[in-house]
Amino acid sequence: MSVLGPILALVILIVIGAALNGNFLSAGNINNVLSRSAFIGIIAVGMTFVITAGGLDLSVGSMAAFIAGMMILVMNAALPTLGVGIPIILLGMLVALIAGIAAGMLNGFLITTLGIEAFIVTLGTMGIYRSLVTWLANGGTLSLDFDLRTFYRPVYFDGILGVSWPIIVFAVVVILGEILMSRARFGRHCAATGSNEHVAHYSSVNVGRTRMLTYIMLGLLVGVATIMYVPRLGSASASTGVLWELEAIAAVIIGGTVLKGGFGRVWGTVIGVLILSLIDNILNLTDLVSPYLNGAIQGVIIVLAVILQREAKAKG
Amino acid sequence: MSYLKTILAGTAAIAIGTAAMAQDTKVIGVSIPAATHGWAGGMNFHAQEAIERLEEVYPDLDFVLATASDAVKQVNDIEDMVATRNISALVVLPFESDPITPPVQSVANSGVWVTVVDRGLSIPGIEDLYVAGDNPGFGTVSGEFMRSQMPDGGKIVVLRGIPTTIDNERVAGFEAAIEGSGIEIVGMEHGNWNRDDSFNVMQDFLSKYDQIDAVWASDDDMAVGVLAAIEAADRQDVKFVLGGAGMKEMVKRVMDGDAMIPADVTYPPSMIATAIELTAVGMTSTAPVSGTFTIGSVLVTPDNAAQFYYPDSPF
Repeated sequence: MSVLGPILALVILIVIGAALNGNFLSAGNINNVLSRSAFIGIIAVGMTFVITAGGLDLSVGSMAAFIAGMMILVMNAALPTLGVGIPIILLGMLVALIAGIAAGMLNGFLITTLGIEAFIVTLGTMGIYRSLVTWLANGGTLSLDFDLRTFYRPVYFDGILGVSWPIIVFAVVVILGEILMSRARFGRHCAATGSNEHVAHYSSVNVGRTRMLTYIMLGLLVGVATIMYVPRLGSASASTGVLWELEAIAAVIIGGTVLKGGFGRVWGTVIGVLILSLIDNILNLTDLVSPYLNGAIQGVIIVLAVILQREAKAKG
Repeated sequence: MSYLKTILAGTAAIAIGTAAMAQDTKVIGVSIPAATHGWAGGMNFHAQEAIERLEEVYPDLDFVLATASDAVKQVNDIEDMVATRNISALVVLPFESDPITPPVQSVANSGVWVTVVDRGLSIPGIEDLYVAGDNPGFGTVSGEFMRSQMPDGGKIVVLRGIPTTIDNERVAGFEAAIEGSGIEIVGMEHGNWNRDDSFNVMQDFLSKYDQIDAVWASDDDMAVGVLAAIEAADRQDVKFVLGGAGMKEMVKRVMDGDAMIPADVTYPPSMIATAIELTAVGMTSTAPVSGTFTIGSVLVTPDNAAQFYYPDSPF
């Protein structure tokens, strides 16, 4: 399959970045770019499975904002009883994971059991979670208690041997995702479900259960991403996670997963995520184009990456 | 919850019938952008609070509040208010000036009192009352503060808001104020009044420039992102960050004498309350309230911070 397109686009971006600014390849900058890619990246891995199984989820950005809000509220509320320490952080993480799984189950239930179009269901839940977080924050910003934030901060900024935690978690998620997609039965079931539901059904694949699991897994990963996100700024508001869903979907498609379902590539998604983050980073590091045009450059590169992919497919 | 109450009250009022109400009760429509970022959240809070208070003060006034997430929705809201609620006055904070001007003009032509807040309309003279924020002044006050803090000049980076007239006016005011002071803007990017975006932009500025003396974040939400990026990079060269708008957390830091946040520049979201209040006065008394009411941007320093600190507001 078309492996060259996205890799080529990524290499070109890296060469351009390195040529334009000496700090581009510095350890600090690489760490920054990878850490901030981790949120979208972790979510995009889950999205790869959903799309491969023929589904779609537009609610992930709002879901992340809502989960972040819940986490902050619960942790602030538990502060007087638990105090600042590891238990309260674990409680927050547990809340995020449970909320993520529950949100994923809700989407999955509406889509598979009630048989409503994924696009409509997740468009609906997108609006619901976005409004809920605005309501929880009373239109403002939910902020983690300052001492708690200071304690929790290392989860985003520290790490092992200079590699920060979000990068490590992202890498683990990617490795597990790749194994699940290409080596495990679940990955084959996803691809079978996405390519032809009926054939998959007659080949004794439990289509409904497979789809359901992809949404639950995506919800769980949104929870994981939120656990990494909250310690960065310690706040959540109506503007948290806006358009993450589209960035995640774009990353998945740039990476070579088929939007109609039936074929997915987790490592391709990682390249897609990196391409998207690098464009922003390079535009910030240089003064080549007016900042008004950032969105246009991004759009052109997304389309180019997909064209490259198609050309490669046509040839071989 | 109070929001729900407003909706319920609104539904009930429609059920009773607008004709009966029109005789003794006057309805004031309030149309504002939804709480999509910190400042707008504060503005929504103050609008709801003002309406709650005024409904008690003036029993013969009724209020309809609609929040819109884009200009098209806002036009629909205004049309609905005129068609179904028979409003006597409209208080509007336009999402964008151009698309909102024609519908507001036709509302004004039908004899409804129009109060415009913050963003002016594209055609002058439509509104009866204009409660204006001072965007060029916001930039000027910020620029003058930078100038006073850096008498020998220096290198600064600027974070801009969402590309709009507001942002352009602020930046133009700022650039005019620092002209000839030796302060050099080495980098300028859009942080979109968003914490996450500004965090990313500031991280990249810190990678790009070895020496940054100060940051004009131009907004308190963006200042939060900027501060987190500086803290994470552990850079000692950045002396201070100047935000703007008057977010309570930032005003608190100014009040506490934080060296990184020596000042703030106000652009109060409570200006919507001023507008609603003045409109209510105009509807219920003979006191003249037409004209322009400009709310200046004030420099908040540790000396006067206490009077700008509202711990109950979400912003």
